[in-house]
Amino acid sequence: MARNVSTQRKLVTTVVAWTIGILIFFPILWTFLTSFKTEAQAIASPPAFLFFDWTTENYFEVQSRSDYFKHFMNSVVVSFGSTLLGLVIAIPSAWAMAFAPTKRTKDVLMWMLSTKMMPPVGVLVPMYLIFRNTGLLDTRTGLVLVLTLINLPIIIWMLYTYFKEIPGEILEAARMDGASLAKEIIYVLTPMAIPGIASTLLLNIILAWNEAFWTLNLSAAKAAPLTAFIASYSSPEGLFYAKLSAASTMAIAPILILGWFSQKQLVRGLTFGAVK
Amino acid sequence: MATLHTRSAARLMIAPSVLLLLAWMIVPLALTIYFSLLRYNLLMPGMEEFAGLSNYTYFLTDPAFFQAVFNTLAIVLGVLFITVVGGIGLALLLDQPMFGQGIVRILVIAPFLIMPTVAALVWKNMFMNPVNGLFAWLAKLVGLQPFDFLANAPLFSIILIVAWQWLPFATLILLTALQSLDEEQKEAAQMDGAGALSRFIYLVLPHLSRAITVVILIQTIFLLSVFAEILVTTNGGPGTQSTNLTFLVYAQALLQFDVGGASAGGIIAVILANIVAFFLMRMIGKTLEA
Repeated sequence: MARNVSTQRKLVTTVVAWTIGILIFFPILWTFLTSFKTEAQAIASPPAFLFFDWTTENYFEVQSRSDYFKHFMNSVVVSFGSTLLGLVIAIPSAWAMAFAPTKRTKDVLMWMLSTKMMPPVGVLVPMYLIFRNTGLLDTRTGLVLVLTLINLPIIIWMLYTYFKEIPGEILEAARMDGASLAKEIIYVLTPMAIPGIASTLLLNIILAWNEAFWTLNLSAAKAAPLTAFIASYSSPEGLFYAKLSAASTMAIAPILILGWFSQKQLVRGLTFGAVK
Repeated sequence: MATLHTRSAARLMIAPSVLLLLAWMIVPLALTIYFSLLRYNLLMPGMEEFAGLSNYTYFLTDPAFFQAVFNTLAIVLGVLFITVVGGIGLALLLDQPMFGQGIVRILVIAPFLIMPTVAALVWKNMFMNPVNGLFAWLAKLVGLQPFDFLANAPLFSIILIVAWQWLPFATLILLTALQSLDEEQKEAAQMDGAGALSRFIYLVLPHLSRAITVVILIQTIFLLSVFAEILVTTNGGPGTQSTNLTFLVYAQALLQFDVGGASAGGIIAVILANIVAFFLMRMIGKTLEA
């Protein structure tokens, strides 16, 4: 039964919620607006909110001065590469744990999750030295490998919770009809698992795109993704607000849009299926 | 029931993940332990020698270490407090009927999707800067002296920035949990004369306990290792006022090239994280079983 809510109360709630929502969003909105100002307008007091001479000059400036596109491509390669590689490794594992569970499956899953508990600094030194000695330092390959490993437990958990919901009887039926393991996976499981795999893919691209420990420590000029590219604006370029804003907008826009489309899956994925 | 055949196939399919994660756990960690027992500086190659536990005594007696442990815990607890309390409030608000709920959700969720380096730099320069920041302008507007956030309250500022990034996560999860609360239960409680407060304490809060546990667990994992926000805002300073354990080890390793000392610090960080994790896993184990 629907509750009877007075329109007045609904209006009050609307105003309060919108105010808080806009306040929380404001830093991003402000960054976006500032990216279209000139440097002088960006630090003008009182600040100009909408009435200034809009210009796109900063975007070109950022591209020509610090080669935004190269870093963008690094981010794309690293986040997509690590997610896809992770999926290839994780899909069989998650499938096996969901459909052929043993007494130890729960423990294995918990153990995998516990590897996420290890603080990255615990292995920073050896990873740095291994990367330096094998020539992986500041390469996309190196970053793909590390990000695959750190996100693998999340990928497995997410897939596991999705696969768990696929009714086992369907697989039994396929098996009865004489489908081989490979056929079972390709023709029966995959179509039913596509939505789960897609959500996992999306969430892990977001996580990898924003990962800022390993990308900052294991990359320099060549393979630096956008996280490291923005960090280079720390000082003194950071004081050029308009350019900082343009660079920031370009770094966050792709993932912001992707994230908005996948907010429901975000919750499920990040809670390992514990909250749906 | 799984046959012998599928069982061995299953084992084969799980093996790559398990082996990779096992290698990822053991190889670097073993190397860290080994390095932590050496006197080893990258600036003096070929001078490595066994140093026993001296790296550990050096690290554990360093005043910066205690500050770093304190700061690490302050960041975790501070951010958890803000995000859990704020998240419950926001979730309750967003659960009410209103116009344009979808858009408000989109606005609220956005900070979570922002990369840490962008979030930190935007806050540092465009909001907290004592000369040109928006906060300085607001302060002057009401006749106050602009406050230099990152110089005078560095840890607090970092907690604010990180909390802003994680508030959407807590809100989203708590909202999802809230929406699964049975409407009829709420009505029944209302019919029985339960007020808004007692409905919240006896009905809503117990229903949210599982979601709150999950929020705490997952945020703690990430908050113990806050790094980028510190790197681009304060660089751990002034002094070591905003240095957490992660940043301390990073500085030891990649700024001072002290492999031995940094490794000892890394091992200590792992031990501390494990102590926290032990309690968390027990807690989550209990709520997730139910």
